[in-house]
Amino acid sequence: MAHENSKMQTPLRRVRGLGTAHEGTGHFWVQRLTAVSNIPLVLFFVGLMIALDGRNFADTRAVIGNPIVALPLLLALLSILTHMRLGMQVIIEDYVHSALLKPVLVMLNTFYVVVIGAVSAFAILKLAFGG
Amino acid sequence: MSQQAASRPRPLSPHLTIYKPPITMAMSIIHRITGGALYFGTLLVAWWLLAAATSQSQFVFLSEWSETIIGRLILVLYTWTLMHHMMGGIRHLVWDTVHGLEKNNSRKIAWATLVVSITLTALIWATVIWTKG
Repeated sequence: MAHENSKMQTPLRRVRGLGTAHEGTGHFWVQRLTAVSNIPLVLFFVGLMIALDGRNFADTRAVIGNPIVALPLLLALLSILTHMRLGMQVIIEDYVHSALLKPVLVMLNTFYVVVIGAVSAFAILKLAFGG
Repeated sequence: MSQQAASRPRPLSPHLTIYKPPITMAMSIIHRITGGALYFGTLLVAWWLLAAATSQSQFVFLSEWSETIIGRLILVLYTWTLMHHMMGGIRHLVWDTVHGLEKNNSRKIAWATLVVSITLTALIWATVIWTKG
């Protein structure tokens, strides 16, 4: 090899460049990707909240169940939950250094996001498919 | 000679009690705090969605709670938290393009995130009051 590589790394490893977690810049990239997609989706969500403020049970159910609302709401969930899972993981990794507590919290972080996603998606789909 | 230097009162680096946090530092910390708060705020959204889908009594409970002064305060704070994290996020996206990192610009942009987030929060709640009122 022409280049000087002081690390004990094969050229194949180097060119793949995925690091010890084998995901390369994936975390960074998905954080940015969802940051961008969050902007229109969160604005949609805020608009929906303004429109639904003060509406009764039946009206609210009808609005959420409408495909024009249900679909962007599901997309917003996917984008926001992915984004916040990555964000909380960084916070945990920055402040928690215990060999036991850190992986436990990183796992709980994923469980929390999956449960919030499942509950919310179930609710939206239930209303979209007819209450 | 070295004895003298060691016994002389040493100059202290800016002490925490008299240290004025730069706006960029404050906005950096607030970005993380608002992100953490929004993380737990999604519990409220999931609760509300589940209530709308499955339980009228839960839905009415949340609706009535949201109309109380404390409920409104929490929702206004939630709105600002969301808007501020969004503005901070846009600032990060600008930084990713290697713009706005110069000292004076970064300070101006940091102040701008605060001003814009407060303005947007006011606009959102003005819209709520205007459409209902």
